[in-house]
Amino acid sequence: MIIYGVALLSACLILGMLIGEALGVALGVQANVGGVGIAMLFLVLSSNSGKFKALVEGASGTGIQFWSAMYIPIVVAMAARQNVIAAFEGGMLAVVAGVAAVLVSFALVPVISKIGNSDTSSQESQ
Amino acid sequence: MEILETVFVRNSLVVAFAVVGLTIWISYFLANKLTKGRIHGSAIAIALGLLAAYFGGKATGGSTGVADITLLGGIGLMGGGMMRDFAIVATAFGVKLSELKKAGLAGVVSIFAGVIVSFVVGAVVAVLYGYTDPVAVTTIGAGAVTYIVGPVTGSALGADSDIIALSVAAGLIKSILVMIGTPLVAKTIGLNNPQSAMVFGGLMGTTSGVAAGLAATDPKLVPYGAMTATFYTGVGCLLGPSILFFIVNAIL
Repeated sequence: MIIYGVALLSACLILGMLIGEALGVALGVQANVGGVGIAMLFLVLSSNSGKFKALVEGASGTGIQFWSAMYIPIVVAMAARQNVIAAFEGGMLAVVAGVAAVLVSFALVPVISKIGNSDTSSQESQ
Repeated sequence: MEILETVFVRNSLVVAFAVVGLTIWISYFLANKLTKGRIHGSAIAIALGLLAAYFGGKATGGSTGVADITLLGGIGLMGGGMMRDFAIVATAFGVKLSELKKAGLAGVVSIFAGVIVSFVVGAVVAVLYGYTDPVAVTTIGAGAVTYIVGPVTGSALGADSDIIALSVAAGLIKSILVMIGTPLVAKTIGLNNPQSAMVFGGLMGTTSGVAAGLAATDPKLVPYGAMTATFYTGVGCLLGPSILFFIVNAIL
């Protein structure tokens, strides 16, 4: 049943969001801390474990795959509802700060990826 | 006209599916015909979405782009946080636990490095523009982290509303640039495997930007980048009004 997969996906998101919200309160932060990431971990764990086979295989699995495939259309809709006007109303300071932050972060991707890689390769050589 | 409006408004989400479907069809057509597939169809679709959001905002004066146009209100629901998060979690289906473990440490490092680096860059730019008030500098720096961390930090520190608006603008610029720029720089920064995608998500942090940027680069990388990116805003909200503010306060 397709709804079983969709229900599992929903349960993972709700559980993750609850934990993320609770983490936010515990840390005294006005934000959900990693709710979506935690929900993704739940889905990875349940789709890798045998206990949830009935909820992730066959028709149930296609219920999850459908929403996974709807991801790009949803992102396109998300782009179409951004406050693009406000982004440019901030003037040059906002543009310079935003652009500079992105460029520096882009440049750091290969550097930090390397930290991870050299870590795994040194473990392999040991 | 009235009939059209009634039907469109009553079925807003269904209208959104049709409009987005048409947009994606046009985008893939353009990608194949004009760029011979060199630019990903979804990259064009996202750029078209942002362009439409600009004109939607110009026409209505609202803050949610195309979704403020009555006939296209469903775009707001389809592209809102609930659907976005639901679909992001669904992309994790089929992800191997071993891939996540392999990049675990680099992923965590990237989240903290990303928040601190973006903050420092934003704060330095604020100082270069003549701001000396620690609260203003911290708020603008936090805006360069994400457009959520900016206002959260600003209101915690009691910043003026124009400074908070500035921090939101900086965060929005960042998010839009990540959406458009990621497919262009992907090759140069080695963004072609799960590990670098996790590091990328942690460094950029803007969930919308990472979500769209990776979708336009390689949809297979989306779950890895999204996983780390969703911790970023929380870490930013944690560090912004506390440690980072204390440091700025001590320096200025």
